[in-house]
Amino acid sequence: MTNSIHDMGGMHGFGPVEPEPNEPVFHAEWEKRVLALQRAMGATGLWTIDGGRASLENLPPLAYLGASYYKRWFLGLERRVVSHGLVGEDEITAGRVLRPGIRLNRKMTLEDAKRSAFANFDRPAPGPARFRAGDPVRTKNINPPTHTRLPRYARGKLGTVEAVRGCHVFPDTAAVGAGENPQWLYAVVFTARELWGEEADSSIKVSIEAFEPYLLPA
Amino acid sequence: MPANDPHDHGSELSEMQLRVKALETILTEKGYVDPAALDQIVENVETKIGPHIGARIVARAWVDPEFKRRLLADATEAVNSVAGFDPISSHLVAVENTPQTHNVVVCTLCSCYPWSVLGLPPVWYKSAPYRSRTVIDPKGVLSDFGVTLPAATDIRIWDSTAETRFLVLPMRPPGTDGWSEEQLALLVTRDCMVGTGLPKSPEQNKPGAP
Repeated sequence: MTNSIHDMGGMHGFGPVEPEPNEPVFHAEWEKRVLALQRAMGATGLWTIDGGRASLENLPPLAYLGASYYKRWFLGLERRVVSHGLVGEDEITAGRVLRPGIRLNRKMTLEDAKRSAFANFDRPAPGPARFRAGDPVRTKNINPPTHTRLPRYARGKLGTVEAVRGCHVFPDTAAVGAGENPQWLYAVVFTARELWGEEADSSIKVSIEAFEPYLLPA
Repeated sequence: MPANDPHDHGSELSEMQLRVKALETILTEKGYVDPAALDQIVENVETKIGPHIGARIVARAWVDPEFKRRLLADATEAVNSVAGFDPISSHLVAVENTPQTHNVVVCTLCSCYPWSVLGLPPVWYKSAPYRSRTVIDPKGVLSDFGVTLPAATDIRIWDSTAETRFLVLPMRPPGTDGWSEEQLALLVTRDCMVGTGLPKSPEQNKPGAP
């Protein structure tokens, strides 16, 4: 879902940011296991990183807000292994295996884990980029019922292309199993006044990373 | 207590321990994950990656103008040219703080963060207050960190809405002429590479300083 609770930019009421002095990497042992399970199951290739994000965004708003970061990851992972038929709902409820697993094409080995490689999202361009640095653009006003990476606060706004990032996997289609559909990606910068109105501080600018389908020439 | 407080109550903690353990056992017994690989993943994020990598990159950019030029042109290439780290393949972009502009990095939609050079994000970076306010009230957020910028400094927020990741290149602190790369790296905090802090001054880095 796109207009759900995860899209937080510009919301009021969450209170001050609370930095934690000398913060540990993890706050509980189970957080480590969730992170490891998330990465290892991601390596099966059964879902994309965007599909993973979408499953978190589909959590009910109160569950999303009420869960810590790693609990959210855990709830999303539980949903994904069930929805992909890897684990039965009855097995989640029972907390144990009730039938053998299915065969996977890929499984992360110890050797894979040692390489700790980060994924790459660059793809060959299907065509030339529509925009260049310096071009004025307007973001589209879109409200798709599925995943998008155009935040609400930056929809229908006038901005300037600042950099062309190359051609990347398009989250909006990758999240719903409709393919990588590579699209040109741009840094688009807005004034705070364009985003938040005339009262906003003129010394502030905000940029997003915007895929070409989000943009119109202005 | 904020709704997203990371310090779960005791009951939730034990509940989560049990639920996570159960899921790990199920996924292992079904042959989907290798426990040795899981241990290795944890070891990587606890010991291999972290802000010490970013600090070395920043310190090198402070002492080596050619490296700084390369870092600002293509941060992934520049970081991968430094020996001693696993190669990174993320689309890293370095953004330079100047007397005119201060950069701050956020991810309003989730918690995208440059893991490969800073390690895992702190809880505050993933919190609703940071994700909601940084784009609309960056000065208020900076003041939560005790940071006040000169009135003439513009603020630029980078919302990490794609797979591009951002590393802030802070300004080199005054009073560090002639310092080595290793000495300078000790002044580079995680927060100053996100933009919610400034590098330590030489005085702040003395033993016993707050």
